[in-house]
Amino acid sequence: MRIGDFKETYAADEAIFRTPAVRAWMGALGAAMLVFPFVAGDYLLYLANLVGVMIIAALGLNILTGFTGQISLGHAAFVGVGSYAAAIGATRLGLPFYLCIPLGGAAACVAGTVIGVPSLRVKGLYLAIATLSAQVILEWVFSNWDSVTGGIRGINVPPATLYGVPLDTDFRVYFLIYAVAAAFTYSARNLFRTRVGRAFIAIRDRDIAAELMGINLFRYKILSFMVSSFYAGVAGAVWVYFAKVVTPEYFPLSLSIQFLAIVIVGGLGSIQGTILGAIFMTLVPELLKAGTEAVKPFFPDAMSYLFPLRDILFGALIVGFLILEPHGLAEMWQRVKRYFALWPFRS
Amino acid sequence: MEDFLQMVASGVVIGGIYALIAMGFVVIYKATGIINFATGEFMMLGAFFCFTAMTAAKFPFAAALLAAAMAAAALGALVERVVLRPLMGKAMISVIMVTIGLSSIFKGVAQLVWSGDYRAFPPVFPRAPVTLGSVILPSRQFYPFLISLASCALIAILFRFTRTGTAMRATADDPQAAFSMGIDIRRVFSLSWSLAAVTAALSGVVIGTMGGISPQLGAIGLKVFPVVILGGLDSIGGALLGGFLMGILENLAGGYLDPLVGGGIKEVAPFLVLVAILMVRPYGLFGTREIERL
Repeated sequence: MRIGDFKETYAADEAIFRTPAVRAWMGALGAAMLVFPFVAGDYLLYLANLVGVMIIAALGLNILTGFTGQISLGHAAFVGVGSYAAAIGATRLGLPFYLCIPLGGAAACVAGTVIGVPSLRVKGLYLAIATLSAQVILEWVFSNWDSVTGGIRGINVPPATLYGVPLDTDFRVYFLIYAVAAAFTYSARNLFRTRVGRAFIAIRDRDIAAELMGINLFRYKILSFMVSSFYAGVAGAVWVYFAKVVTPEYFPLSLSIQFLAIVIVGGLGSIQGTILGAIFMTLVPELLKAGTEAVKPFFPDAMSYLFPLRDILFGALIVGFLILEPHGLAEMWQRVKRYFALWPFRS
Repeated sequence: MEDFLQMVASGVVIGGIYALIAMGFVVIYKATGIINFATGEFMMLGAFFCFTAMTAAKFPFAAALLAAAMAAAALGALVERVVLRPLMGKAMISVIMVTIGLSSIFKGVAQLVWSGDYRAFPPVFPRAPVTLGSVILPSRQFYPFLISLASCALIAILFRFTRTGTAMRATADDPQAAFSMGIDIRRVFSLSWSLAAVTAALSGVVIGTMGGISPQLGAIGLKVFPVVILGGLDSIGGALLGGFLMGILENLAGGYLDPLVGGGIKEVAPFLVLVAILMVRPYGLFGTREIERL
């Protein structure tokens, strides 16, 4: 049981990692993440990279949906804008990756603002539908604006190079992805300790009450939209360096729904939950795949059931979490932690 | 001019189907305030019910349609009871996401049961095309259109003139007042879902007879959003009119703009209109303007 946790200075009270135990665990996590690529195989590395990109994008969506309460069904489209911007920056403009990644973020941010301004006049259900149309329209732009996006053939992107070392393998890209993911997780965590972040939360809890307290609703909603699409754009840009190619079919509506599922399964309004959700929602289909492969000797046509089963499982996870565990994995994690924190005095 | 009339005519045909889909959508929204993202999958399942009744059980078309409608009604009520009721009064995002989750489950189940293949619907209508003045309509468009029109009328009458319909409208207007007047609003909720599922099943069958069925048929359900936003989310009449307008607009856009922008505009035009409507008149042509009080 944890005792004697007193704060004696403001600095200690405001620290992100508050107790020595938390700092030790975070250090251990960091070390484990550094060691991971050296011991993991290709497949695990690939999955880890995928999870990293999903974390960045889903963090953006959680800022908008979980913390500001504005639902978006167009997040994948903003990821796409970031991807295309980075790809164009890397190929036509020949920019290095450390410029292309912010460029992707900025482009998505602009797109988010353009779409956010009309969308945010409406709220709730209407906003969901407005962002849905943004998704449909942007998807169409990706595949039809041939001169810029390369149409359905897409754009091939050269690997990022750092000091002459090409980041061309999953092993090398891992460090890029997780450096970005760590930085963006840290800033998301910090955002909600600032005036802006608090305003977001106030808007989520009761928008009219927030307005009465002097929060300019429109301004902060737009700001949330911008931050969220910036995250999406950066995720898209990083993803381009991971996948080496960008085509329109990488950003369907189902990806937007996948992001929402991550946020819901992980926990709305929880940074930690977003990370858990991204890991969980990426690994579950893979586990299912492994499972179907394992029973293949007994049921020869098991593989043909994989895709339907994946759809069913995906839907069932969303429905199940919403009904049974609405605060998501983050809440489950907290429960486990509480149990150990209070052990052995309360079981 | 010939071209124009032909395009408008096909637009009206597809618009009739959109109107039918939108009606099912509006029925749920009116009664329970829920946006049903699984509308398309309800359509797909309805079409498969009818298909199975016709091919496996050898029902005649009318009987198969009835069987599909009954199965859909049961499914609608079940979904309402098991999935939606626990979430009553929860945040918007939960309710939206739960219907999205449902649509994923339905799609997967349909693929398991009927496989992912595309299938042609057994022929049910006379083959000779129908000529109306200078416009020629293929029979596989004309008769489905009649079905969807008749279904729309039926639902509108049900809503307007029957006791149950009145109870539904009362619940939509003010659930608490309706409850205190002795209306069993839980029953109304599950009835609304049943009615909406039946509507969706009918439109699914109609679409199936036009172009065959597959588990991907539900994708057309997305089109319902521009329609209901144009007509107003909570207006049955608006859904009808919106359906026809969108059908015509989509066909005209496809005919005149496609050569200019290089394809696919037909799919996007309704959504562009949607954004424009949201900017000018978010509550649609006939929707109720929301006024919020603290």
